[in-house]
This record gives sequence, C-alpha cells and structure tokens, in this order.
Amino acid sequence: MLQISTVRRQEPLGWGSCLVFFAALALAFTVSGVLLVMQDKPPFTALWLLVYSAFGSSYALEDCLIKAVPIFLCSLGVGLTFRLQIWNIGAEGQFALGAIGATWAALTFPGWPWYTLLPTMLLCASLTGSLWGAIPAVLRLKLRANEIIVTLMLNYVGILVLDYLVYGIWKDPGSFGFPMTSEFVPAAVVARIGDTRLNWGLALCLAVGVLMSVFLRSTRLGYELRACGENVRAARYARMPYAKLVILVMAVSGALAGWAGFLEASATLGRLQPSIMSGYGYTAIVVAWLANLNPFVIAVSSFLLAGLRVGMESLQLDLQIPAAFGAIMEGLILLAVLAGGFFSRYQLHLRRTR
Amino acid sequence: MTPEILLALLAATVQAGTPILYATLGEILTEKGGILNLGVEGMMLVGALIGFLTALHTGSPVLAFVAGGLGGACMAALHGIVCIWFMGNQVVSGLALTIFGTGLAGFFGTPYIGRTAPGFDKFSLPLLGDIPVLGTIFFQQDALVYFSFLIPPLLWAFFRYTRWGMAIRAAGECPAATRAAGLNVLAYRWGALLGGGVLVGFGGSYLSLAYTHLWTNGLTSGRGWIAVALVIFAFWKPSRAMIGAYLFGGIMAFQLRLQAMGTALPSSILLMLPYILTIAALAFSSWRSERTHAPAALGVNMEPSE
Repeated sequence: MLQISTVRRQEPLGWGSCLVFFAALALAFTVSGVLLVMQDKPPFTALWLLVYSAFGSSYALEDCLIKAVPIFLCSLGVGLTFRLQIWNIGAEGQFALGAIGATWAALTFPGWPWYTLLPTMLLCASLTGSLWGAIPAVLRLKLRANEIIVTLMLNYVGILVLDYLVYGIWKDPGSFGFPMTSEFVPAAVVARIGDTRLNWGLALCLAVGVLMSVFLRSTRLGYELRACGENVRAARYARMPYAKLVILVMAVSGALAGWAGFLEASATLGRLQPSIMSGYGYTAIVVAWLANLNPFVIAVSSFLLAGLRVGMESLQLDLQIPAAFGAIMEGLILLAVLAGGFFSRYQLHLRRTR
Repeated sequence: MTPEILLALLAATVQAGTPILYATLGEILTEKGGILNLGVEGMMLVGALIGFLTALHTGSPVLAFVAGGLGGACMAALHGIVCIWFMGNQVVSGLALTIFGTGLAGFFGTPYIGRTAPGFDKFSLPLLGDIPVLGTIFFQQDALVYFSFLIPPLLWAFFRYTRWGMAIRAAGECPAATRAAGLNVLAYRWGALLGGGVLVGFGGSYLSLAYTHLWTNGLTSGRGWIAVALVIFAFWKPSRAMIGAYLFGGIMAFQLRLQAMGTALPSSILLMLPYILTIAALAFSSWRSERTHAPAALGVNMEPSE
C-alpha cells in the first residue's frame, strides 16, 4: 500500500513556487469557467475576452495603469500592516476618508494656485486617512479590541460619512439632485502626463514604492518592522517598540489609502461622488497577500488585478456578465494561491508499506 | 412612545436579531474547534441566495431553509480545504471566502433582484403567544425564530455534556494533547466547521425567507461581520450570543422605525449606528474581560505529524 506523509521543507522551493502560483491561477480560471457555463455564458470566449480586453491594446493598458494606482497605494499600506501581523482590512474606509479630506481642501480653498492647493489636499488626505487607520490601532493596543472587526466596521462608517456629505452639506446645488459635489477647480485636479490619459499620481506611486523598499531594507525602523513581523514575541523580548510600530504602521497605511482616495477624487473623477467607492480597498488585500508583501511584486500584482477590473468592464458590456464575477475571480485566485502555498512549505513523501 | 409601539419595536427586535443569532452561534461552534472563519458575511449571502432560489423553484420554504444551511456548509468546506488540508492562513482564507461569496451572490442573484419567493409567515404559538407582553414579543413570530430559540441551550449542552462537544473544545484549546489522547483532531475540526457553516447558512436564508421574502443585492449589509464581533462580545458562550444578537436586532429595528417615522437625522447617520455600536461593544467587552476567552489554539493550523 502507498502511504502519504507530509514533511516540512528544509530548503525554500525557489522557482517551483512560480509553478505552484500558475497552477493555482489555472485552477481559479477553470472554476470561474465552470461558473460561467452554469449561467449559460461561453467560458472560453469570456475568459479570452477578459484577458484580451485588459492587456490587448495600448488603450487598455493605459486603463490598467490608471486603475493600478489606487490598488497599489492601498495594498502597499495593507502589506505593511500584514508584515506586523496586524490585519488591516480597512483600506476601503481609509480610502473614503482620504477622498473626503482632499475634497474638503479643494472645496474650502478654491482660489489657491495648484502648487499650494494640491499639497494641501494631499496633506488633508493623509491626515484623515491616517486618523481612520490609527483608531483601530489605538483600540487594539489600549483595549485589546480585535483590529479586523474594527477596521471593517470603520469601512462601513467611512462610506456612510461620505454618503452623508455628498447627499447633504456638500451636494452641488446645480447637480439636479444627484449626490455629488460641484466639480473641482482646475487647480485642484492632478494634471495628466503629456498627452496620455495617465496622471502624475503614477509618479507618486513610483516614488512611494522606491522609498518603501529603501525604508524596509536600510533603516533601523524598517529592520525592526521586519523583525517584529517574523516573530512578534522575540521582537518584544528584544525591546523593540511594538506598540509604537503598530500605530505608525496603521497610520502610514491609512495615509497611503487616503492618497489613493485623493488621486481618485482629484484626477479620475474631478469631484466627490458615491461611485468613487469601487472596492479598491478589498482588492488591495488580495494583492498584498499574492505579492507576499514585497513592494515590487505588489506593483506587478496591482497591475494584473487592475487588468481583471478593466477586462470585467468588457465582459459586462459584451456578454452581460454581472460585475460580481470580478469578485468571484479575486476570491478564487486568493483561495487557490493560499492552498498552493502548502506546496512551497511542505513536501509530500510517498512510502510503500507492507 | 406608547406601549403598543414599544411592543411592536421589541417584537421587531427579536426578528432582526434572529439572523445575527444563527450566524453568531455558527461562528461560536466553528471557533470552539479552533478554526477562525472570517467568511461569515460571504457564507450568509450564499445561504440567503440558495435559500431564496430553492423557495422560488420548489415553493417549499422548509426545503429552502435546509438548502440555505447546506449552502453555508459548502462554503465552509472551501475554508476547510484551504486551511485544514492545505494549512493556509485562516484570516486570509476567511477574507477570500467573503469576497468569493459576495461575488457568487451577486453573479447568480442579479437576474432575480426584486423577485419575491414564498417564505415563512408569522403565527402565534398556542398558549405561549397569549402571555401578555412576553408572548407578543417572543411568541408571535415565524417558525424560524422559534427554531432559533432551541439552538443556544442545545449548543450549551452539547459542549458541556456530550463526548463530541468536549472533543471539539479540546481540539480548539490544545490540539497536540487532543491528538496524544488518540482523538482525530482534524475530523473534529471539520465537524465544527461544517456544523457552524450550516448555522451561518441558516442565518443567511432567514434573511431572504422570513425577513424580506425578496432578493436584493448585498442583503446581509455587514451582519456577518457583526456576528464575528458578537462571538468575542459573547465570550464564546451561546447564552450571551442571544443577548448580543437581540441588542443588535434592537438597534436595527430602532433605526428602521426612526427612518419610517421621518426624523431630522439623515439616513446615513442612522445607518451608521449598528457599526459604531459593534466597535463600542467589542472595545467594551475586550477591555472588561481580564483574560481572553478565546479558544487557545484559535486560528492556529495543526502541523502534520511525522
């Protein structure tokens, strides 16, 4: 008889984990295809259309980059908290608060030139976003309240605050009753790069990404952060400032998500309206985990999952597939990759027994 | 506020609390076995959809309720495959399950938005329903509410007096010792996970079968997460889960009543109440308790033996 036993790997799997990753992706695509068949949609056409309309033209690639920006910023912050084993799933709410902060500045100082207004908007977005991130951190440290639930509840609250503002005191009187603020003055809109549809937010992402890698690799604080992430108990024993790190990381994470909200309100929409909330904060969790919390890989994964969103828009238009299919694929990919992680950590041994 | 309105409000409280009660009890059962399942929100949505579709196509609410429970269990099985078999991170797997479940409900449910299905109607229990005040609040409800009254005592007795219940608790507290005692830890964890999945699925199908009778997108609106928070608030005790669930049912019923009466408060502020209360309840109960009541091995995967 054959007996299977599981043994922990001594050496890391290396390139083999790429193989596992693609196998997991293939599994997720297969299951998605089966679900499409259940709804009488052509699976191969749909999945091909998904990939092609996301990455098949320069126009689509531009779209991917535009959508990758908020995902990247949110996910960089989320990844940072995951490193400390603090489960910040509140990027969605921090994003909303960032958009609110930036909008407040844009509506309050419409007469300012762009070189003072845009930095003020960025600052306000950082403040509101990091406030929303720091609340759960403080509750967790002072009262031991579970941060997963607090961040998630603050998502709902943040979105409702946004609703309250755009349905109420910030509603544009000339909007014919639609819930939206009036359009931002041109000085409050982040400019586009050359004659592309990309905006300078992309440059901000690049700078933040590089800074983050340098910070994690070559500063004392970055080292402490990585050490705490590896083993919280040992790091505490070495008198690393765990509490301070938690608050710092949550505030930074909130500020980054807030920047994403700022860019989305300023560059993409040019005003604040409820449709700004499209679940980037939740996609960011998927990205952060897929990327194994490494800034460069986060950039690549953000781009790929942005592609999923771009492709989904075509599926909706051409095949009438509900937008929820995108969430199905995100969930499946994450589940499959999580399960696949088993093969990078363990080996299966087959033994013949008599 | 007249007594009649207050009674109606309290009866609405019990109804609004019931789906949260099912889900909280399900998560308690799961977590007692040491498995942290954050997919409750997604599982409830899938349970709600499957319950609704079954009721629509078969016309049998009872069958639909059972199907909703099985739907919850199927989702839980996914979590089990990822976490128990493949030892994936339980937090992330639960989040993935919520994303996946929300997607499934939206994908298969979109064509049915606004459709109604047969469900459970309210009826007064003989004798009990005639008790003044208490009868009006608790015993003039639908069958699923009565069924939910039975589960907390059963679950309590299950953990306290049965061999299986004690083995599940052991698997959640100290899996290594449990295995050394010759029990199959993973089997008990699977049992707790799937049983919990059924209860969570029940909670979801209560929403579509008795609470609304109608399909809309995002039916649960965070109730699954509130249930996860209530497990902590309840110190993993079924009796306290009942208190917590009705507390939240009360807030939801109160907020609906206020909206219907037309107050000066904007609806977005009213809708915030349950979420803010969740944070407050969680912070309060975590702060008040000296020790953590969580099962010691909650969320920790079991390493394979040689």
